[in-house]
Amino acid sequence: MITGLGAAFFYLFAFVAVASAFMVIAARNPVHSVLYLILTFFNAAALFLLTGAEFLSMILLVVYIGAVAVLFLFVVMMLDVDFASMKRGALEYAPIGAIVGVVLGAELVLVLAASAFDLGRPATTSLPMPDPAVRHNTAALGDILYTDYVFFFQIAGIVLLVAMIGAIVLTLRPQRPHVKRQNMAAQVARKPADAIEVVDVDTGKGI
Amino acid sequence: MFETYVIPGLIILLQTLVLLVALLVFTAFILYADRKVWAAVQSRRGPNVVGPWGLLQSFADLLKFVLKEPVVPDSSNKGIFLLAPFISATLALAAWAVIPLADGWAIASVNVGILYVFAISSLEVYGVIMAGWASNSKYPFLGALRSAAQMVSYEVSIGFVIVTVLLCVGSLNLSDIVLAQKDGIGTYVGLPNTFLDWHWLGLLPMFVIFFISALAETNRPPFDLVEAESELVAGHMIEYSSTPYMLFMLGEYIAILLMCALTTILFLGGWLPPFDFAPFTWLPGVFWFVLKLCMVFFMISMVKAFVPRYRYDQLMRLGWKVFLPISLFMVVATAAFLKLTGWA
Repeated sequence: MITGLGAAFFYLFAFVAVASAFMVIAARNPVHSVLYLILTFFNAAALFLLTGAEFLSMILLVVYIGAVAVLFLFVVMMLDVDFASMKRGALEYAPIGAIVGVVLGAELVLVLAASAFDLGRPATTSLPMPDPAVRHNTAALGDILYTDYVFFFQIAGIVLLVAMIGAIVLTLRPQRPHVKRQNMAAQVARKPADAIEVVDVDTGKGI
Repeated sequence: MFETYVIPGLIILLQTLVLLVALLVFTAFILYADRKVWAAVQSRRGPNVVGPWGLLQSFADLLKFVLKEPVVPDSSNKGIFLLAPFISATLALAAWAVIPLADGWAIASVNVGILYVFAISSLEVYGVIMAGWASNSKYPFLGALRSAAQMVSYEVSIGFVIVTVLLCVGSLNLSDIVLAQKDGIGTYVGLPNTFLDWHWLGLLPMFVIFFISALAETNRPPFDLVEAESELVAGHMIEYSSTPYMLFMLGEYIAILLMCALTTILFLGGWLPPFDFAPFTWLPGVFWFVLKLCMVFFMISMVKAFVPRYRYDQLMRLGWKVFLPISLFMVVATAAFLKLTGWA
């Protein structure tokens, strides 16, 4: 149980997170939606911090807010889609959305049922958390990722590498012969002697 | 209730206020120093009218900014337009909470200090993007476009530089990073504790990469393509005037100072004196910290004065094709070295 000042902050961050998550779907302007999404991420990071998961909290800030959401925000800003016309037909999808929501909600309840209605019981008993005073959670996460499950971690890395190569291959175009491109090596290798020539010009003659 | 919350809360509030005021006054003089260095390189006098030697120029500027009328363009997105400079300035100031100015002189000495600074400095791009979009104008939007790509690219190499330092230290706490520099190469060959022990010598390539990436991350010349006058007039700041504009300038300079402080902590031994014996140890740690910070800022200032601006594709090439491979290689090499020699 979180009590005292921790509880006050928990309710603050939780309320702002839920409210801004609601605004993500309620806002009319898509850019505002993304900004609300970023606010939701930020509050989620603060909630992680409250539970003592400092490393996850900071990684959420660096990876999701600092990199992914920036690109996301940019795509939305660049697209300039008329969202009013897109939203007109949105009601047709309401039943599907409702089914997905109910299934997700039911699954969450099933998973958390043991701990959600009994606050005294810890949520995960199978994986005990190491004592933060002895081994703080950056090191504890490192133990799991790089020692206990290092091969799974490597495999996940290879899957990402394959995805990256796939994206590069998809956007790779054959070099067209008539298109002029910047030749960086030639530009960097250029010296003042190659570019500048001192010429002794006679008066009234020109070069 | 009173003793557990109110008194510690008041102490933190007081510490924050002291740091904030000191930082803002320091920034005012740093701005003046920047202009003076720039002027000296170009054989000009620089600000020399307000106060003795023009020392009060920044305060006069502040007064002028605050007293002018803020103009909000009619077609801009007003809420976000006014929010952007606040985000820019607040984030830049927030990162200072974990910076240790001397032994134990940090408002919050958190375990993940370096990650916190890294996270906050990666968020600073939002001030620029939001300003660029909310201005609803072409130049600011182009500036925002450039800045998003630039800052995200250089964060990658900054991240790897930080990882190499962390490999050598074994802790993410900024104070631990400084204390780990007490002994190093200098003491290994038998010298007393000197400036040769700091990371700048052992990790020299990373020091150079970090310095250049810090310039790009804070949009300083030669990487100030976000606000390149000759191309974009002033990038994301075109539509801003008076106090909102001042907040952008303030955020920019405080972010630069933060990068100077980070360079000092990661590579130049933080508050440690350059020689760990008599006359040097008499001075307090905060003196050495500020001195080193000023030296790093002087380097940044000199770069602004005599390096021409990069072309945009060269900037991207430098980030992704030069710095990323080098820093990635250095991470592996450092890890292998530490493992093989058994230093870690």
